Amino acid sequence: MTFLFRNRIVWITIFGLVVLWGVVPGVYAQDSGSTPQISAGDTAWVLTSSALVLAMIVPGLALFYGGMVRSKNVLSTLMYSFISICIVSVVWVFWGYSLAFAPDVGGMVGGLDFLGLAGVGPEPSEGSTIPHMAFMVFQLMFAGITVALISGAIAERMKFSAFALFAILWVTFIYAPLAHWVWGGGWLAELGDLDFAGGTVVHISSGVAALACALVLGKRNGYGKENMSPHNLPFTVIGAGLLWVGWFGFNAGSALAADGIAASAFVATQVAAAAGALAWLCVEWGYRGKPTMLGGASGAVAGLVAITPAAGFVGPVSAIVIGLGGGVVCYLGILLKNKMGYDDALDVLGIHGFGGTWGAIATGLFASVGGGTGLFFGNPGQVLIQAIGVGATWVFAFVGTYILLKIVDGMVGLRVSKEEEVLGLDLTQHNERAYG
Amino acid sequence: MKLIQAIIKPFKLDEVKEALIELGIQGMTVTEVKGFGRQKGHKETYRGTEYQIEFVPKIKLDIAVADNRVTEALEAITRAAKTGSIGDGKIFVSELQNIIRIRTGETGEGAL
Repeated sequence: MTFLFRNRIVWITIFGLVVLWGVVPGVYAQDSGSTPQISAGDTAWVLTSSALVLAMIVPGLALFYGGMVRSKNVLSTLMYSFISICIVSVVWVFWGYSLAFAPDVGGMVGGLDFLGLAGVGPEPSEGSTIPHMAFMVFQLMFAGITVALISGAIAERMKFSAFALFAILWVTFIYAPLAHWVWGGGWLAELGDLDFAGGTVVHISSGVAALACALVLGKRNGYGKENMSPHNLPFTVIGAGLLWVGWFGFNAGSALAADGIAASAFVATQVAAAAGALAWLCVEWGYRGKPTMLGGASGAVAGLVAITPAAGFVGPVSAIVIGLGGGVVCYLGILLKNKMGYDDALDVLGIHGFGGTWGAIATGLFASVGGGTGLFFGNPGQVLIQAIGVGATWVFAFVGTYILLKIVDGMVGLRVSKEEEVLGLDLTQHNERAYG
Repeated sequence: MKLIQAIIKPFKLDEVKEALIELGIQGMTVTEVKGFGRQKGHKETYRGTEYQIEFVPKIKLDIAVADNRVTEALEAITRAAKTGSIGDGKIFVSELQNIIRIRTGETGEGAL
């Protein structure tokens, strides 16, 4: 057993070295002397995972979204993801991390103890085997991708300046408190809510924020009449592939250690993504007559979203069931958009909102390992706690986002003019063109 | 002289070109175009949203031919471009008043 454990650490460390050969040796150097409680394997894995999550944002999500818009808006769509991680990286250092993870204030938000990363250093925080800095930067990437995810709802019509301002406000007032509630010792954590890698914090929050965005911004000019089909689906498939790869960092990295839970989350992630893709393709095949590549890519992401909150708490068979459910639920979520008529341009609510909600509830049903026990394993109360977490996130993210959008609208205006929209955001927001 | 404008399926371009070259036709102009006739396009589905694509991509060939070659040229194009299914395209033939070869100033059939 010890041998197996060591063996695993060796392998994961080698993997870490390959991916992060520039960073990891520095960690070893630091590890060998003054701070013996740091685990080299854990640290290597969390730093590697942080870089993997970055790859989910740029180029992963940027391409996933960029391929789905019309060719006149591809750069502006890439830019939303790109600017999200740039803005969040800076905000996170100055005050974002503190609001999320500094010692608790009333169960609602972190204090100001870690402003400017004061006291967040190379030494591990209590009970942890990785440098506090490593945990901080891992969480930074999560905040970055959550903001970037929202951009799918506002694509092809939101002013760049408005989005940049929105990103600062949203990560401060919505993301940081939510992360605190679940992971920073806030009230949902106290309640026993299970969210392994961000089903509520990342996916429900971005999906519901996307709904608020779609409602406040209104439909794209010509929506429902003009052809708004994706301009480059190969981009979207490459993006989905990068998301899938990066998701191993997202989920298995959330073990915050290179251990058995990480391996279990890794496997759950893989099989849920595959099951999500298969489910989506089957439903589509039956309902529309043809399986589509966009459907396969969307289904894989749906499966990944669904398994996110459960990744470290479930076995592989449960993970397949959760992934299959994710594919079906998200496909229905997208049909719902067409019925209801809001223009969530790239289906952030459909995939992340509904997929995250299903995943969070499913965690309460299927949890069986890693410290969680769900309904099917003798703990019916967990589903109720999960439902409270889901409900609280829906309400807080929706109302909060709605208010922030109104503020941004009052300050700089949310939408480009109709003329700019027709010309395309690449030209009118950035003075450049993607092609020719 | 006649100007032949043939709208054909894009993948048939090479066959049509070969057939015309075999006849000794010296030149042609090719344009990527979009349009519809009775075929009326096709449906595309993206995440459950259906789009009716009315304008279908086609290739347009412009060929100028002497009057005595018109029949065989039309025959060659028809033969090479035909698949028998809907959307094979159309050929328009019109009177061509003059031709000028810019390099030499030759006009009429001598410029073909």
